[in-house]
Amino acid sequence: MSFKKLDRREAVSSLLEHRANLLIVSGLGSPTYDVHAAGDCDQNFYLWGAMGGAAMMGLGLAIARPEKSVLVITGDGEQLMGIGGLATIGVQKPKNLTLAILDNGHFGETGMQKSHTSHGVDLVTIARGSGFFEAVEINNFSELNKIKKKINLNLGSLFINIKIDNNSHDRSLPTLDGVEIKNRFRRSLN
Amino acid sequence: MSDTKQYKIKSSWEECLFNALKQAGVKQLPYVPDAGHSKVIDMAHKDPDIRPVVLTTEEEGVALSCGAWLGGEKSVLLMQSSGVGNCINMLSLLSNCNFPFLTIVTMRGEYGEFNSWQVPMSAATQKSLELMGLTVLRVDDEDEVGPTVDAALYSVYSSDQRIAILLSQKLIGRKNW
Repeated sequence: MSFKKLDRREAVSSLLEHRANLLIVSGLGSPTYDVHAAGDCDQNFYLWGAMGGAAMMGLGLAIARPEKSVLVITGDGEQLMGIGGLATIGVQKPKNLTLAILDNGHFGETGMQKSHTSHGVDLVTIARGSGFFEAVEINNFSELNKIKKKINLNLGSLFINIKIDNNSHDRSLPTLDGVEIKNRFRRSLN
Repeated sequence: MSDTKQYKIKSSWEECLFNALKQAGVKQLPYVPDAGHSKVIDMAHKDPDIRPVVLTTEEEGVALSCGAWLGGEKSVLLMQSSGVGNCINMLSLLSNCNFPFLTIVTMRGEYGEFNSWQVPMSAATQKSLELMGLTVLRVDDEDEVGPTVDAALYSVYSSDQRIAILLSQKLIGRKNW
């Protein structure tokens, strides 16, 4: 039995493998690079800032487009900054919203300081207590493959906390032009 | 003979505000409650065509509003002046991406305020918003609430502007306190 944690790039590639109808919002830092590395797409909204806002952008988008499936991919640090958003999502209960947290237990962009999740804070428990339809911790590909099939079923808000190692990768950089990122996303939906 | 004379009942400023939101097609109404907004929040909860979203902190509403617009829906953020301070970094999202945005802020700490703890953020509210690139429209007269919201929504959603409407404590105080 292996205790090797998942690699972030492999996990994100797997999540986006058959993305079809998925609208993506990525949190600043490595999650944005990971989503870009998996393949640039007009329906990726890459955040380069606004820390703590990714899940709430996903909520506004999910409410606006109930026929689509919205997947927010962000880090543990980013979600911790927007922790109240889990309660806000739990009240709204959008069926078409999934949060996938790449949880390496560290603030990877700023020198790998330990985050709260390295000190025992459990995001899955918080999500469950906030009223998510399903909240799970993922430690391997077989668990990831099982849960990812539910993302586009729109059965209820999903919270997928993916435990990853803290290896870093070469940066894969999307454009910094936020106006372009926004406009191409909106054009692709119309 | 009975008196059949018709009296024109003047709409409250809250009704005018809510009607302006409805007529512009606003669909999502994120808010952190304030007594000054309480009637509008109640109206939103009774209206099937508008989605009120209660927040834990105001900056959630800035991000939510941007997400709504990505998906093609209009939204307006309701908060009180103390909440503006909570939004500062999230407001950078608006200028980085040129998102349209309207917030309606009820003022505390400026007129007949009994709680001095409300005063410092109140005094910094307009400048903070302007420093982050928003246009600020202040309303002191209840008859101007509806027209100002209507005009602001037109500017915001016809040309990607970012506007904050401040409803003065004098205006709100006259009705609700």
